[in-house]
Amino acid sequence: MSNQTDFLNRRLHSLLGVIPVGFFLLEHFYTNYFATQGKEAFEGAVNFLWGIPILRFLEIFLIFIPLIYHAFYGLYIVFRAKNNVSQFGTFRNYMFVIQRVTGVITLIFILWHLWQIWFQTFLDPTPTANELATETANILSNNITAILYGIGVISAVFHFCNGMWSFLVSWGVTVGPRAQLVSTWVWIVAFVVLSYFGISSIVAFHDPNFANNVSALQ
Amino acid sequence: MSEQTAVAEQQKTVHLIFTRQDGPDSKPYKEEFHVPYRKNMNVISAMMEIQRNPVNAKGEKVAPIQWESNCLEEVCGACSMVINGKPRQACTALVDKLEQPIRIGPMSTFPVIRDLVVNRGRMFDALKKVKAWIPVDGTHDLGPGPRQSATEQQWRYELSKCMTCGVCLEACPNVNDNSAFIGPFAVGQVTLFNAHPTGSLNKEERTEALISDGGLQQCGNSQNCVQACPKGIPLTTAIATMNREATKHMFKKWLSF
Ligand code: SF4
Ligand code: FES
Repeated sequence: MSNQTDFLNRRLHSLLGVIPVGFFLLEHFYTNYFATQGKEAFEGAVNFLWGIPILRFLEIFLIFIPLIYHAFYGLYIVFRAKNNVSQFGTFRNYMFVIQRVTGVITLIFILWHLWQIWFQTFLDPTPTANELATETANILSNNITAILYGIGVISAVFHFCNGMWSFLVSWGVTVGPRAQLVSTWVWIVAFVVLSYFGISSIVAFHDPNFANNVSALQ
Repeated sequence: MSEQTAVAEQQKTVHLIFTRQDGPDSKPYKEEFHVPYRKNMNVISAMMEIQRNPVNAKGEKVAPIQWESNCLEEVCGACSMVINGKPRQACTALVDKLEQPIRIGPMSTFPVIRDLVVNRGRMFDALKKVKAWIPVDGTHDLGPGPRQSATEQQWRYELSKCMTCGVCLEACPNVNDNSAFIGPFAVGQVTLFNAHPTGSLNKEERTEALISDGGLQQCGNSQNCVQACPKGIPLTTAIATMNREATKHMFKKWLSF
């Protein structure tokens, strides 16, 4: 009998990238987008999330562990490829390389982001949504930080969208060249839309008026 | 007048830069040649010219360039090498269509035996591994095989054109020393034999072998193979077809525990 661990690991990596990691990305963007409607709206969204029972448990088993697996197996994939865009400068080959580059950027960004925001709420025994919102706005009020967050968010969105394109091929959903081309366009649109949502949230937190004014933004 | 002729003469040479290697373990080095131009020359005929007069650009007499070729019409795949950065067949690489100096080297994915001669043995091992054949040998007549529809035939015909030339392996970013990936062509061959009405009787076995270590899953969708394949084989369609097959196979196996 042949050995299929390699196959199962790779498929697991692909699946976890979508469920739950990709799903979590969408949820996270959705929650953060409330920031564009002011601090209170954001706090409401946070409190809703914090109201979910066994949240820490879900965080660990539905986000951390899958994410860590996806990240580490992903790095293993990255370092095994010999990139050759200089020889084959086709669209898909560029996507192949950018997928790997954005994967690494996203990983670094997530670690930094976790350290800056999530870890603080973890240390605080009684975090409040108000503190979280103020703290986030505080961190993002710095121009450099906001720009780096922008890069991180766009990398994550790219990695998700192009990863979805790849996922559909790797599971045999989009088989022929036409289906794959349509899928390319669908995910380009998704990339633009999600980037817009992500960047808007950063801009909202970056706004000095974030904390004091709701109507100012409307 | 004579000066003009001299210039014209000079222009009528082909400038070639080879990456040479004297043996499997020796160090590669570059060597340049100027060979007289003839109309409709290809890389093979330029190398034959060097064989006739093995003198390099410095005027030194050297060992002629070693290469492999058979059919000279892009059907055997023996003459694959990297020409101006692209892996392709030397016999269909027309000098008139190439930028000079023409840079020629062996395909780096394979162990070099000498100069441009490489050992493509790993490809034949891969075909054995995925059982790329239809086992119908026996001692008695099995009668005529089942009929195939025209669409099936056409699809299989495209896939059947593979000449094991190695270009798709050279083009693939995931075929290298760090990975065990057997290469895109093997996926095409499994698709070919699984799509055959008799071959499909052993479909599971091939799929199973294709998803073992170093198999199908190592594809990262750079889609270089389909661009590079000289025979225009729909490799990425074959890969996605087998991905679908593998997905089904996986669920079927789990559900039949
Ligand atoms: S699939 Fe194409 S590129 Fe690959 S070995 Fe066969 S003929 Fe060559
Ligand atoms: S000699 Fe057969 S393909 Fe070139």
